[in-house]
Amino acid sequence: MFSSSLGKKYLMALTGLVLIGFVFVHMAGNLQVLAGQAQINAYAHSLQSLPWFILWGSRLFLLASVVIHAWTAYSLIIENRKARPDKNEVEVTKRAGWTSLKMGLTGSILLAFIVFHLLHFTIRTIYPEYAEMTTTVGSTGDVEIHDAFSMILAGFKHDIISIFYVVAMFLLCRHLAHGFSSVFQSIGLRSEAWQGKLDLIASGYAWLIFAGFSIIPLSVLAQKHGLYEFYDPSFFASEASEKINTSNLLNNES
Amino acid sequence: MKLTLKIWRQTGPTENGSFESHVLDDVSEDSSFLEMLDQLNEQLLKQGNEPIAFDHDCREGICGTCSLTINGYAHGPENSTTTCQLHMRKFNDGETVTIEPFRAKAFPVVRDLIVDRSAFDRIIQSGGFISVRTGSAPDGNSIPISKVDADKAMDAAACIGCGACVASCKNASAMLFTSAKAAHLNLLPQGQAEKDARVLNMVSTMDDSGFGNCRNYGECSAACPKDISLDYIAKLNRDHAKAKIKEIFS
Repeated sequence: MFSSSLGKKYLMALTGLVLIGFVFVHMAGNLQVLAGQAQINAYAHSLQSLPWFILWGSRLFLLASVVIHAWTAYSLIIENRKARPDKNEVEVTKRAGWTSLKMGLTGSILLAFIVFHLLHFTIRTIYPEYAEMTTTVGSTGDVEIHDAFSMILAGFKHDIISIFYVVAMFLLCRHLAHGFSSVFQSIGLRSEAWQGKLDLIASGYAWLIFAGFSIIPLSVLAQKHGLYEFYDPSFFASEASEKINTSNLLNNES
Repeated sequence: MKLTLKIWRQTGPTENGSFESHVLDDVSEDSSFLEMLDQLNEQLLKQGNEPIAFDHDCREGICGTCSLTINGYAHGPENSTTTCQLHMRKFNDGETVTIEPFRAKAFPVVRDLIVDRSAFDRIIQSGGFISVRTGSAPDGNSIPISKVDADKAMDAAACIGCGACVASCKNASAMLFTSAKAAHLNLLPQGQAEKDARVLNMVSTMDDSGFGNCRNYGECSAACPKDISLDYIAKLNRDHAKAKIKEIFS
Protein backbone atom coordinates (compact mmCIF):
# COMPACT_ATOMS: atom_id res chain seq x y z
CA MET A 1 0.00 0.00 0.00
CA PHE A 2 2.72 2.49 0.96
CA SER A 3 5.66 1.34 -1.14
CA SER A 4 4.82 3.15 -4.39
CA SER A 5 5.30 6.86 -5.05
CA LEU A 6 1.57 7.40 -4.47
CA GLY A 7 1.67 5.25 -1.34
CA LYS A 8 4.30 7.54 0.16
CA LYS A 9 2.08 10.51 -0.62
CA TYR A 10 -0.80 8.80 1.21
CA LEU A 11 1.49 8.39 4.23
CA MET A 12 2.47 12.07 4.06
CA ALA A 13 -1.19 13.08 3.84
CA LEU A 14 -2.48 10.81 6.62
CA THR A 15 0.30 11.58 9.14
CA GLY A 16 0.01 15.24 8.14
CA LEU A 17 -3.71 15.14 8.86
CA VAL A 18 -3.05 13.73 12.36
CA LEU A 19 -0.62 16.59 13.05
CA ILE A 20 -2.98 19.19 11.54
CA GLY A 21 -5.64 18.03 14.00
CA PHE A 22 -3.17 17.94 16.89
CA VAL A 23 -1.96 21.52 16.48
CA PHE A 24 -5.52 22.81 16.78
CA VAL A 25 -6.23 20.87 19.98
CA HIS A 26 -2.82 21.90 21.37
CA MET A 27 -3.48 25.54 20.50
CA ALA A 28 -7.00 25.56 21.96
CA GLY A 29 -5.67 23.97 25.16
CA ASN A 30 -2.75 26.38 25.49
CA LEU A 31 -4.91 29.47 24.99
CA GLN A 32 -6.33 28.76 28.46
CA VAL A 33 -3.17 30.37 29.81
CA LEU A 34 -4.84 33.71 29.01
CA ALA A 35 -7.62 32.77 31.44
CA GLY A 36 -5.12 32.71 34.30
CA GLN A 37 -3.16 30.41 36.54
CA ALA A 38 -5.99 28.30 37.96
CA GLN A 39 -7.51 27.52 34.55
CA ILE A 40 -4.33 26.43 32.71
CA ASN A 41 -2.99 24.49 35.71
CA ALA A 42 -6.24 22.56 36.07
CA TYR A 43 -6.14 21.78 32.34
CA ALA A 44 -2.47 20.69 32.47
CA HIS A 45 -3.19 18.57 35.55
CA SER A 46 -6.19 16.91 33.90
CA LEU A 47 -4.01 15.95 30.91
CA GLN A 48 -1.23 14.59 33.11
CA SER A 49 -3.63 12.55 35.21
CA LEU A 50 -5.12 10.74 32.22
CA PRO A 51 -4.82 6.94 32.48
CA TRP A 52 -1.25 6.02 31.50
CA PHE A 53 -2.29 4.05 28.40
CA ILE A 54 -4.26 7.00 27.01
CA LEU A 55 -1.52 9.52 27.82
CA TRP A 56 1.35 7.41 26.49
CA GLY A 57 -0.78 5.96 23.69
CA SER A 58 -1.47 9.49 22.39
CA ARG A 59 2.13 10.57 22.87
CA LEU A 60 3.47 7.56 20.96
CA PHE A 61 0.84 8.00 18.23
CA LEU A 62 1.86 11.63 17.74
CA LEU A 63 5.56 10.82 17.91
CA ALA A 64 5.09 8.03 15.33
CA SER A 65 3.20 10.45 13.07
CA VAL A 66 6.06 12.97 13.23
CA VAL A 67 8.70 10.30 12.62
CA ILE A 68 6.84 8.72 9.67
CA HIS A 69 6.01 12.14 8.21
CA ALA A 70 9.65 13.29 8.37
CA TRP A 71 11.15 9.97 7.28
CA THR A 72 8.85 9.70 4.26
CA ALA A 73 9.49 13.35 3.37
CA TYR A 74 13.27 12.85 3.36
CA SER A 75 13.02 9.66 1.29
CA LEU A 76 10.79 11.51 -1.23
CA ILE A 77 13.25 14.41 -1.38
CA ILE A 78 16.14 12.01 -2.10
CA GLU A 79 14.10 10.32 -4.87
CA ASN A 80 13.15 13.68 -6.35
CA ARG A 81 16.76 14.86 -6.44
CA LYS A 82 17.68 11.67 -8.31
CA ALA A 83 14.82 12.16 -10.77
CA ARG A 84 16.05 15.64 -11.71
CA PRO A 85 19.86 15.49 -11.45
CA ASP A 86 20.55 18.37 -13.86
CA LYS A 87 19.20 21.79 -13.05
CA ASN A 88 17.95 24.14 -15.72
CA GLU A 89 20.28 27.01 -16.62
CA VAL A 90 17.29 29.27 -16.01
CA GLU A 91 15.08 28.15 -13.08
CA VAL A 92 11.66 29.77 -13.13
CA THR A 93 8.15 28.96 -11.94
CA LYS A 94 4.72 29.86 -13.21
CA ARG A 95 2.48 28.85 -10.33
CA ALA A 96 4.60 27.46 -7.47
CA GLY A 97 5.59 29.91 -4.75
CA TRP A 98 7.92 30.00 -1.78
CA THR A 99 5.37 28.17 0.40
CA SER A 100 5.14 25.06 -1.76
CA LEU A 101 8.76 25.03 -2.96
CA LYS A 102 10.27 25.27 0.55
CA MET A 103 8.25 22.57 2.34
CA GLY A 104 11.46 20.63 3.03
CA LEU A 105 13.15 23.65 4.60
CA THR A 106 10.16 24.73 6.72
CA GLY A 107 9.58 21.09 7.71
CA SER A 108 13.21 20.60 8.76
CA ILE A 109 13.20 23.74 10.90
CA LEU A 110 9.89 22.62 12.45
CA LEU A 111 11.42 19.24 13.25
CA ALA A 112 14.26 21.00 15.08
CA PHE A 113 11.67 23.21 16.79
CA ILE A 114 9.67 20.17 17.99
CA VAL A 115 12.81 18.67 19.54
CA PHE A 116 13.62 21.99 21.24
CA HIS A 117 10.02 22.48 22.37
CA LEU A 118 9.87 19.01 23.98
CA LEU A 119 13.20 19.58 25.77
CA HIS A 120 11.98 23.03 26.85
CA PHE A 121 8.49 22.35 28.26
CA THR A 122 7.83 18.57 28.27
CA ILE A 123 11.10 16.83 29.23
CA ARG A 124 12.42 20.11 30.70
CA THR A 125 16.12 19.41 30.28
CA ILE A 126 16.91 22.93 29.05
CA TYR A 127 15.70 24.52 32.30
CA PRO A 128 15.46 21.65 34.84
CA GLU A 129 14.04 24.07 37.43
CA TYR A 130 10.70 24.07 35.48
CA ALA A 131 10.07 20.60 36.89
CA GLU A 132 10.31 21.98 40.44
CA MET A 133 7.56 24.58 39.85
CA THR A 134 4.54 23.45 41.82
CA THR A 135 1.45 25.00 43.31
CA THR A 136 -1.19 23.78 45.68
CA VAL A 137 -4.89 23.52 44.89
CA GLY A 138 -8.02 22.08 46.48
CA SER A 139 -10.27 23.42 49.23
CA THR A 140 -7.77 22.49 51.92
CA GLY A 141 -4.80 23.56 49.81
CA ASP A 142 -2.98 20.27 50.28
CA VAL A 143 -2.99 18.94 46.68
CA GLU A 144 0.33 19.73 45.01
CA ILE A 145 0.29 19.98 41.21
CA HIS A 146 2.73 21.17 38.55
CA ASP A 147 2.54 24.94 38.01
CA ALA A 148 2.28 25.06 34.19
CA PHE A 149 1.32 28.75 34.32
CA SER A 150 4.54 29.85 36.00
CA MET A 151 6.52 27.59 33.70
CA ILE A 152 5.00 29.14 30.55
CA LEU A 153 5.59 32.67 31.83
CA ALA A 154 9.16 31.84 32.83
CA GLY A 155 9.71 30.10 29.49
CA PHE A 156 8.59 33.04 27.39
CA LYS A 157 10.29 35.79 29.41
CA HIS A 158 13.44 35.12 27.35
CA ASP A 159 13.21 37.41 24.31
CA ILE A 160 15.28 35.13 22.04
CA ILE A 161 13.27 32.00 22.90
CA SER A 162 9.93 33.77 22.42
CA ILE A 163 11.01 35.19 19.06
CA PHE A 164 12.20 31.71 18.00
CA TYR A 165 8.75 30.34 18.92
CA VAL A 166 6.94 33.02 16.90
CA VAL A 167 9.23 32.48 13.88
CA ALA A 168 8.67 28.72 14.14
CA MET A 169 4.90 29.29 14.23
CA PHE A 170 5.14 31.44 11.10
CA LEU A 171 6.99 28.60 9.36
CA LEU A 172 4.30 26.20 10.64
CA CYS A 173 1.69 28.53 9.14
CA ARG A 174 3.40 28.37 5.72
CA HIS A 175 3.92 24.60 6.02
CA LEU A 176 0.24 24.11 6.87
CA ALA A 177 -1.02 26.35 4.07
CA HIS A 178 0.49 24.07 1.42
CA GLY A 179 0.30 20.86 3.45
CA PHE A 180 -3.37 21.07 4.39
CA SER A 181 -4.55 21.80 0.84
CA SER A 182 -2.23 19.06 -0.48
CA VAL A 183 -3.81 16.47 1.82
CA PHE A 184 -6.98 16.58 -0.25
CA GLN A 185 -5.05 16.33 -3.52
CA SER A 186 -2.84 13.44 -2.34
CA ILE A 187 -5.72 11.26 -1.18
CA GLY A 188 -7.78 12.26 -4.20
CA LEU A 189 -10.58 14.14 -2.47
CA ARG A 190 -10.43 17.30 -4.54
CA SER A 191 -11.93 18.60 -7.73
CA GLU A 192 -11.54 21.89 -9.57
CA ALA A 193 -14.83 23.13 -8.12
CA TRP A 194 -13.47 22.61 -4.59
CA GLN A 195 -9.85 23.55 -5.18
CA GLY A 196 -10.23 27.28 -4.50
CA LYS A 197 -12.35 26.73 -1.40
CA LEU A 198 -9.98 24.09 0.01
CA ASP A 199 -6.97 26.36 -0.56
CA LEU A 200 -8.83 29.14 1.24
CA ILE A 201 -9.76 26.85 4.15
CA ALA A 202 -6.14 25.65 4.40
CA SER A 203 -4.82 29.21 4.32
CA GLY A 204 -7.35 30.41 6.91
CA TYR A 205 -6.56 27.46 9.16
CA ALA A 206 -2.82 28.12 8.85
CA TRP A 207 -3.17 31.76 9.90
CA LEU A 208 -5.54 30.82 12.76
CA ILE A 209 -2.93 28.39 14.10
CA PHE A 210 -0.22 31.05 13.74
CA ALA A 211 -2.28 33.66 15.58
CA GLY A 212 -3.43 31.26 18.31
CA PHE A 213 0.03 30.00 19.15
CA SER A 214 1.95 33.28 18.74
CA ILE A 215 -0.30 35.24 21.07
CA ILE A 216 1.07 33.32 24.07
CA PRO A 217 4.81 34.18 23.78
CA LEU A 218 3.91 37.65 22.44
CA SER A 219 1.59 38.39 25.37
CA VAL A 220 4.31 37.44 27.86
CA LEU A 221 6.85 39.61 26.03
CA ALA A 222 4.37 42.48 25.81
CA GLN A 223 3.79 42.44 29.55
CA LYS A 224 7.50 42.00 30.31
CA HIS A 225 8.26 45.13 28.30
CA GLY A 226 5.34 46.98 29.91
CA LEU A 227 3.10 47.21 26.84
CA TYR A 228 -0.04 45.50 28.14
CA GLU A 229 -1.08 43.61 31.27
CA PHE A 230 -2.29 40.15 30.22
CA TYR A 231 -1.49 38.30 33.42
CA ASP A 232 -1.43 38.81 37.18
CA PRO A 233 1.33 41.42 37.57
CA SER A 234 2.68 39.68 40.68
CA PHE A 235 4.26 37.05 38.39
CA PHE A 236 6.23 39.82 36.74
CA ALA A 237 6.82 41.83 39.91
CA SER A 238 8.97 39.07 41.37
CA GLU A 239 11.26 39.27 38.38
CA ALA A 240 11.52 43.03 38.69
CA SER A 241 12.38 42.74 42.39
CA GLU A 242 14.98 40.08 41.57
CA LYS A 243 16.60 42.55 39.26
CA ILE A 244 16.62 45.18 41.99
CA ASN A 245 18.12 42.70 44.41
CA THR A 246 20.87 41.81 41.98
CA SER A 247 21.67 45.42 41.33
CA ASN A 248 21.74 46.04 45.07
CA LEU A 249 24.14 43.18 45.49
CA LEU A 250 26.33 44.55 42.76
CA ASN A 251 26.27 47.97 44.39
CA ASN A 252 27.22 46.46 47.73
CA GLU A 253 30.10 44.59 46.20
CA SER A 254 31.47 47.66 44.58
CA MET B 1 15.04 41.26 -35.12
CA LYS B 2 18.44 40.23 -33.83
CA LEU B 3 18.80 37.54 -31.15
CA THR B 4 21.57 35.97 -29.13
CA LEU B 5 20.81 32.28 -28.70
CA LYS B 6 22.38 30.35 -25.85
CA ILE B 7 21.83 26.73 -26.84
CA TRP B 8 22.62 23.41 -25.16
CA ARG B 9 24.92 21.21 -27.28
CA GLN B 10 25.58 17.56 -26.46
CA THR B 11 27.03 15.09 -28.96
CA GLY B 12 25.62 11.93 -27.38
CA PRO B 13 23.77 10.42 -24.40
CA THR B 14 26.98 9.63 -22.51
CA GLU B 15 28.83 12.85 -23.40
CA ASN B 16 28.87 15.99 -21.26
CA GLY B 17 26.95 18.89 -22.73
CA SER B 18 27.54 22.62 -22.57
CA PHE B 19 26.07 25.88 -23.81
CA GLU B 20 27.03 27.48 -27.11
CA SER B 21 26.13 31.04 -28.12
CA HIS B 22 25.07 32.12 -31.60
CA VAL B 23 23.94 35.48 -32.93
CA LEU B 24 21.11 35.31 -35.43
CA ASP B 25 20.18 38.35 -37.51
CA ASP B 26 17.06 39.15 -39.56
CA VAL B 27 14.64 36.99 -37.59
CA SER B 28 11.08 37.64 -38.74
CA GLU B 29 8.56 38.43 -36.01
CA ASP B 30 6.10 36.22 -37.87
CA SER B 31 8.28 33.11 -37.83
CA SER B 32 7.66 30.38 -35.33
CA PHE B 33 10.30 29.39 -32.79
CA LEU B 34 11.15 26.28 -34.80
CA GLU B 35 11.42 28.29 -38.03
CA MET B 36 13.87 30.54 -36.21
CA LEU B 37 15.93 27.42 -35.33
CA ASP B 38 15.72 26.29 -38.99
CA GLN B 39 17.16 29.68 -39.95
CA LEU B 40 19.98 29.23 -37.42
CA ASN B 41 20.73 25.73 -38.77
CA GLU B 42 20.99 27.09 -42.33
CA GLN B 43 23.43 29.69 -41.06
CA LEU B 44 25.44 26.98 -39.24
CA LEU B 45 25.52 24.77 -42.36
CA LYS B 46 26.76 27.68 -44.49
CA GLN B 47 29.52 28.25 -41.95
CA GLY B 48 30.39 24.54 -42.16
CA ASN B 49 29.21 23.80 -38.60
CA GLU B 50 27.09 20.96 -37.31
CA PRO B 51 23.39 21.98 -37.19
CA ILE B 52 21.48 21.82 -33.90
CA ALA B 53 19.38 18.69 -33.43
CA PHE B 54 15.84 19.32 -32.16
CA ASP B 55 12.55 17.40 -32.24
CA HIS B 56 9.68 18.51 -34.45
CA ASP B 57 6.97 16.96 -36.56
CA CYS B 58 3.49 18.37 -37.30
CA ARG B 59 4.29 22.01 -36.39
CA GLU B 60 0.55 22.44 -35.74
CA GLY B 61 0.61 21.95 -31.96
CA ILE B 62 -1.10 18.57 -31.98
CA CYS B 63 1.54 15.84 -32.24
CA GLY B 64 3.55 16.43 -29.06
CA THR B 65 6.93 15.96 -30.74
CA CYS B 66 8.46 19.40 -30.22
CA SER B 67 9.94 20.15 -26.83
CA LEU B 68 12.60 22.65 -25.64
CA THR B 69 12.92 24.56 -22.40
CA ILE B 70 13.00 28.22 -23.44
CA ASN B 71 14.23 30.76 -20.89
CA GLY B 72 13.42 28.18 -18.21
CA TYR B 73 9.86 27.49 -19.38
CA ALA B 74 8.86 24.21 -21.06
CA HIS B 75 7.55 25.22 -24.51
CA GLY B 76 8.38 28.84 -23.70
CA PRO B 77 6.72 31.45 -21.50
CA GLU B 78 3.33 31.55 -23.30
CA ASN B 79 0.47 29.59 -21.70
CA SER B 80 -1.30 26.75 -23.55
CA THR B 81 1.26 26.83 -26.37
CA THR B 82 3.65 24.28 -27.86
CA THR B 83 7.08 25.41 -29.06
CA CYS B 84 6.01 25.08 -32.71
CA GLN B 85 3.10 27.46 -32.07
CA LEU B 86 5.27 30.00 -30.25
CA HIS B 87 6.01 33.04 -32.39
CA MET B 88 9.07 35.24 -32.39
CA ARG B 89 6.94 38.38 -31.82
CA LYS B 90 6.79 37.22 -28.18
CA PHE B 91 10.53 38.01 -27.90
CA ASN B 92 12.32 41.34 -27.98
CA ASP B 93 14.95 42.56 -30.41
CA GLY B 94 18.41 42.09 -28.93
CA GLU B 95 17.21 39.56 -26.36
CA THR B 96 19.31 36.58 -25.23
CA VAL B 97 17.23 33.40 -25.40
CA THR B 98 18.36 30.32 -23.46
CA ILE B 99 17.33 27.01 -25.07
CA GLU B 100 17.76 23.75 -23.15
CA PRO B 101 16.51 20.18 -23.54
CA PHE B 102 13.67 18.87 -21.30
CA ARG B 103 15.67 17.82 -18.23
CA ALA B 104 14.80 14.64 -16.33
CA LYS B 105 16.64 11.44 -15.49
CA ALA B 106 13.84 9.52 -17.22
CA PHE B 107 14.34 11.62 -20.39
CA PRO B 108 18.00 11.05 -21.32
CA VAL B 109 19.44 13.46 -23.91
CA VAL B 110 19.96 11.78 -27.28
CA ARG B 111 21.67 14.72 -28.94
CA ASP B 112 21.62 18.50 -28.38
CA LEU B 113 17.98 19.35 -27.67
CA ILE B 114 16.49 15.90 -28.44
CA VAL B 115 15.53 13.77 -25.45
CA ASP B 116 14.35 10.17 -25.35
CA ARG B 117 10.73 10.19 -24.13
CA SER B 118 10.12 6.45 -24.59
CA ALA B 119 9.46 6.21 -20.82
CA PHE B 120 6.03 7.67 -21.71
CA ASP B 121 5.50 4.88 -24.27
CA ARG B 122 6.29 2.29 -21.59
CA ILE B 123 3.68 3.87 -19.27
CA ILE B 124 1.09 3.72 -22.09
CA GLN B 125 2.02 0.12 -22.90
CA SER B 126 1.47 -0.90 -19.28
CA GLY B 127 -2.13 0.34 -19.12
CA GLY B 128 -3.12 2.96 -21.68
CA PHE B 129 -5.32 0.63 -23.68
CA ILE B 130 -8.61 -1.31 -23.54
CA SER B 131 -8.98 -4.96 -24.53
CA VAL B 132 -11.81 -5.27 -27.06
CA ARG B 133 -12.93 -7.72 -29.67
CA THR B 134 -11.76 -6.35 -32.99
CA GLY B 135 -13.83 -6.79 -36.11
CA SER B 136 -16.77 -4.83 -37.42
CA ALA B 137 -17.26 -1.39 -35.92
CA PRO B 138 -19.77 -1.35 -33.03
CA ASP B 139 -23.04 0.55 -33.37
CA GLY B 140 -22.44 4.23 -32.61
CA ASN B 141 -24.83 4.66 -29.67
CA SER B 142 -24.79 1.14 -28.25
CA ILE B 143 -22.99 2.24 -25.07
CA PRO B 144 -24.60 5.23 -23.30
CA ILE B 145 -22.06 7.74 -21.93
CA SER B 146 -23.06 10.88 -20.00
CA LYS B 147 -22.05 14.17 -21.56
CA VAL B 148 -20.22 15.13 -18.35
CA ASP B 149 -18.06 12.00 -18.41
CA ALA B 150 -17.48 12.19 -22.14
CA ASP B 151 -16.26 15.80 -21.79
CA LYS B 152 -13.97 14.94 -18.89
CA ALA B 153 -12.52 11.97 -20.77
CA MET B 154 -12.02 14.16 -23.83
CA ASP B 155 -10.21 16.83 -21.78
CA ALA B 156 -7.86 14.13 -20.46
CA ALA B 157 -7.39 12.67 -23.93
CA ALA B 158 -6.23 16.10 -25.13
CA CYS B 159 -2.80 15.23 -23.66
CA ILE B 160 -0.31 15.03 -26.54
CA GLY B 161 2.40 13.36 -24.44
CA CYS B 162 5.00 16.07 -25.07
CA GLY B 163 6.59 15.80 -21.62
CA ALA B 164 6.34 19.49 -20.69
CA CYS B 165 4.80 18.42 -17.36
CA VAL B 166 7.95 16.44 -16.51
CA ALA B 167 10.27 19.19 -17.73
CA SER B 168 8.50 21.93 -15.76
CA CYS B 169 8.29 19.87 -12.56
CA LYS B 170 11.15 20.54 -10.14
CA ASN B 171 11.01 16.83 -9.29
CA ALA B 172 10.56 15.57 -12.86
CA SER B 173 7.28 13.92 -11.91
CA ALA B 174 5.17 12.33 -14.66
CA MET B 175 1.95 12.46 -12.64
CA LEU B 176 0.06 14.80 -14.97
CA PHE B 177 0.80 12.68 -18.05
CA THR B 178 0.06 9.36 -16.31
CA SER B 179 -3.08 10.69 -14.67
CA ALA B 180 -4.45 12.08 -17.94
CA LYS B 181 -3.82 8.83 -19.79
CA ALA B 182 -5.36 6.74 -16.99
CA ALA B 183 -8.35 9.08 -16.49
CA HIS B 184 -9.13 9.20 -20.21
CA LEU B 185 -9.95 5.47 -20.16
CA ASN B 186 -11.08 5.17 -16.52
CA LEU B 187 -13.87 7.69 -17.11
CA LEU B 188 -15.40 5.76 -20.00
CA PRO B 189 -17.53 2.59 -19.80
CA GLN B 190 -15.12 0.78 -22.13
CA GLY B 191 -12.29 1.33 -19.67
CA GLN B 192 -14.02 -0.06 -16.55
CA ALA B 193 -12.98 -3.72 -16.95
CA GLU B 194 -9.28 -2.93 -16.61
CA LYS B 195 -9.59 0.16 -14.41
CA ASP B 196 -7.79 -1.11 -11.28
CA ALA B 197 -5.05 -3.02 -13.11
CA ARG B 198 -4.51 -0.02 -15.39
CA VAL B 199 -3.89 2.38 -12.51
CA LEU B 200 -1.64 -0.01 -10.58
CA ASN B 201 0.43 -0.95 -13.64
CA MET B 202 0.81 2.57 -15.00
CA VAL B 203 1.89 3.96 -11.60
CA SER B 204 4.31 1.08 -11.15
CA THR B 205 5.87 1.66 -14.61
CA MET B 206 6.01 5.40 -13.89
CA ASP B 207 7.92 4.73 -10.63
CA ASP B 208 10.29 2.27 -12.31
CA SER B 209 11.12 4.73 -15.09
CA GLY B 210 12.80 7.08 -12.61
CA PHE B 211 10.31 9.95 -12.53
CA GLY B 212 10.06 11.96 -9.32
CA ASN B 213 7.14 12.41 -6.92
CA CYS B 214 4.30 14.90 -7.12
CA ARG B 215 4.56 17.73 -4.57
CA ASN B 216 1.48 19.63 -5.69
CA TYR B 217 3.36 22.64 -7.07
CA GLY B 218 1.00 22.88 -10.04
CA GLU B 219 3.88 23.74 -12.41
CA CYS B 220 2.96 20.84 -14.73
CA SER B 221 -0.56 22.07 -15.37
CA ALA B 222 0.70 25.65 -15.80
CA ALA B 223 3.19 24.50 -18.47
CA CYS B 224 0.84 22.06 -20.22
CA PRO B 225 0.12 23.17 -23.80
CA LYS B 226 -3.26 21.40 -23.53
CA ASP B 227 -4.17 22.77 -20.04
CA ILE B 228 -4.60 19.33 -18.47
CA SER B 229 -6.15 19.94 -15.01
CA LEU B 230 -4.63 18.89 -11.68
CA ASP B 231 -8.00 17.20 -11.06
CA TYR B 232 -6.73 14.22 -13.03
CA ILE B 233 -3.86 13.81 -10.57
CA ALA B 234 -6.39 13.83 -7.71
CA LYS B 235 -8.40 11.23 -9.63
CA LEU B 236 -5.29 9.06 -10.17
CA ASN B 237 -4.53 9.26 -6.43
CA ARG B 238 -8.14 8.27 -5.65
CA ASP B 239 -8.33 5.44 -8.21
CA HIS B 240 -4.94 4.12 -7.11
CA ALA B 241 -5.93 4.08 -3.42
CA LYS B 242 -9.18 2.24 -4.27
CA ALA B 243 -7.35 -0.29 -6.44
CA LYS B 244 -4.72 -0.90 -3.72
CA ILE B 245 -7.37 -1.42 -1.04
CA LYS B 246 -9.25 -3.85 -3.31
CA GLU B 247 -5.98 -5.67 -4.02
CA ILE B 248 -5.27 -6.04 -0.30
CA PHE B 249 -8.74 -7.43 0.49
CA SER B 250 -9.10 -9.67 -2.57
